[in-house]
Amino acid sequence: MDFQLTDEQRQVRDMCRDFAARELAPNARRWDEHHEFPREAVKKLGELGLMGIAVPAELGGAGMDNVSYALAMEEISRGCGGTGVIMSVNNSLYCDPVMKYGTEEQKRQFLLPYASGERLGAYALTEPQSGSDAAETKTVAVLHGDEYVLDGSKNFITNGPQADTILVFAMTDKAKRHKGISAFLVPTDTRGFTRSKPDDKVGIRASGSCSLFFEGCAIPKGYRLGGEGDGFKIAMGTLDGGRIGIASQALGIARAGYELALAYSKERKAFGQPISQFQAIQFMLADMATELDAARLLVWRAAYLKDQGVRHTTESAMAKLYASEMCERVTSKGIQIHGGYGYVKEYDAERHWRDSRITEIYEGTSEIQRLVIAAGVLKD
Amino acid sequence: MTLEPNQDQAAVAATARAFARDRVAPAAAANDKAGALPAGLIRGLGELGLLAVNVPAEFGGAEAGAVAAALSLMELAAADASVAVMASVTNMVAETIFKYGSPGQRERHLPRLASGEYLAGSFGLSEAGAGSDASAITTRAVRRGERWVLDGAKQWITSGDVAGVLVVWARTDPGLAGGKPVTAFLVEPGMPGFTVGRHEEKMGQRASSTVSLSFDGLELPDEARLGTIGQGLAIALSALDGGRIGIAAQATGTMRAALDAATAYAKERRAFGKPIAEHQAISFMLADMATSHDAARLMTLRAASVKEAGQPFGHVAAMAKLFASEASQRVVDRALQIFGGYGYTEEYPVAKLFRDARVQTIYEGTSEIQRVVIARQLLRDP
Repeated sequence: MDFQLTDEQRQVRDMCRDFAARELAPNARRWDEHHEFPREAVKKLGELGLMGIAVPAELGGAGMDNVSYALAMEEISRGCGGTGVIMSVNNSLYCDPVMKYGTEEQKRQFLLPYASGERLGAYALTEPQSGSDAAETKTVAVLHGDEYVLDGSKNFITNGPQADTILVFAMTDKAKRHKGISAFLVPTDTRGFTRSKPDDKVGIRASGSCSLFFEGCAIPKGYRLGGEGDGFKIAMGTLDGGRIGIASQALGIARAGYELALAYSKERKAFGQPISQFQAIQFMLADMATELDAARLLVWRAAYLKDQGVRHTTESAMAKLYASEMCERVTSKGIQIHGGYGYVKEYDAERHWRDSRITEIYEGTSEIQRLVIAAGVLKD
Repeated sequence: MTLEPNQDQAAVAATARAFARDRVAPAAAANDKAGALPAGLIRGLGELGLLAVNVPAEFGGAEAGAVAAALSLMELAAADASVAVMASVTNMVAETIFKYGSPGQRERHLPRLASGEYLAGSFGLSEAGAGSDASAITTRAVRRGERWVLDGAKQWITSGDVAGVLVVWARTDPGLAGGKPVTAFLVEPGMPGFTVGRHEEKMGQRASSTVSLSFDGLELPDEARLGTIGQGLAIALSALDGGRIGIAAQATGTMRAALDAATAYAKERRAFGKPIAEHQAISFMLADMATSHDAARLMTLRAASVKEAGQPFGHVAAMAKLFASEASQRVVDRALQIFGGYGYTEEYPVAKLFRDARVQTIYEGTSEIQRVVIARQLLRDP
């Protein structure tokens, strides 16, 4: 048993750390303020192989393992939480299922340019009236000859405003409930596809999300991913990996908050000494560092199991649940240590806290993670 | 990265699990009531190598490493925290004597500690007025030629009444060691001037004895000194770094026992027409308990693997101890809640888990001391 990273994993981490310090951290506040998509930075992520980390090189990716993916996600999100989720969605929610379920033809068309970062992917499961309860999907896909025609709408779709292709889940047989859901690759230049203006979000504002509308949106039959009725299985299996990405994002955001607070506590003086000399502050920092480490170990374990090809549903849910809730606590303490400065936009502490809040909601709320974990515990 | 135990580690864990199931668990309630551990049980641990897991075979140890030691303590603790703390302290004393002892000390004590002949090793640092602040101890050792004379008293000493060897810390003349005021000694039962005082009546971990010790003109030869003059505090802190992994492992085992008991009960007990496990109020508690357990286990094994790799591990051991012991409080509390009124009676095992867990955030460094250790390190990092 050992918890050491390999040289390759360390190199990826260090490369991402440098990139985040150089290209992301200095711009993160501006992107947040203007709700601006970091187009240039995302292009560079692609050039570094970070948009398809676990996709084999011949399919456009970097061919690395999932532990490397987790490390990269933590470092990128430390620089900018919004950029982190752009990367996570393309890697985990788009490339991963296309790699796993795609035909050779689909992989050439829908994976290669996405894993290499030339194009951007998204994942559309959530609808206005169905988030956690995916079996309530109302969007339908009806087969007419050689085409599926999609009608309905999707909500809160990360990367939706920029995506070139979106993995869309739609009902092909309503009577079968969740077993009647199928998955489709929908290019965003398809007629009958439109999107709303981007959502005005509390945090992760460098990343765009929006609603999608399908009105008689016809795609070739060959754009269906997996078999008819496989959609729910694909959606849920994909989220097991996605949760590792979001848990890593939460780690990165939390670390940014913690490191900022640590540095500030050494500078700021009160009662004649740096506030880092007071136990009240030291103990907050000690708890923050401890919780960060606990979360990181849960994340690494889930990624490690995925690399071993072992089922990791419960472990991913534990990593996501713990890391996201830890992130909210840690970034909130970050604000506390900054005092009034933590509450103003001149400092980054408030952005970290705003960014943290979504990690407890998307890709399965904390409540859904608990359902998943409890099912695992009760089954044993 | 390899997160599975290797073959040797898995074998030690399996041995401990089987012993815990067959010998420890069935006797745990009775030992708790009696307030003592039977000698046979301790010798059984010794026969399996579980009292000196991380000590070389030439001294009778299992030579299986720090990770195996932690895995073993998790298994023992899941059956009875009292057995785990006795084993944890004995392992810690054995490792300390191996690390700092003279050849004669190693030869004399290690095989006896490892085999269970000694029934325990004991760690005598705390005093009535000095717990977290170990440098404030007042027990004194005065040099008289080739001998030392100890006077003073210790408190909260685990297994102090049954131990075959006790490491005892005392103030020595700082002038003898460049200003360093504390030295460690090995004390054996029956030495004139050494008496065991009262047994503490504890709320939990009752089968593990906790006593006070007093030294009244206890004469020790210089060969009883452990390490160099003035090295005492360094020895204590180094030993406690390892001991903290032991207590973190114990807390992890306690959590697993609480989770297993609560899960089984929640599947059986019905309310509002279905097993309570099917109510989210209950199943979400189980989910949080399982997540805390897993995180604590990973923190503990990470600290053990850093120790095994020979790297500085005080900081990660403190994190593991803090995290696991605090998590254990919440987990046993939730388990008791799931059992409802039955949880509040001694008829079910969760009341004992609840009592046993409480000391985990206190001994071998309170949570507050762990935070001091952690904060000191992170403020030092560039």
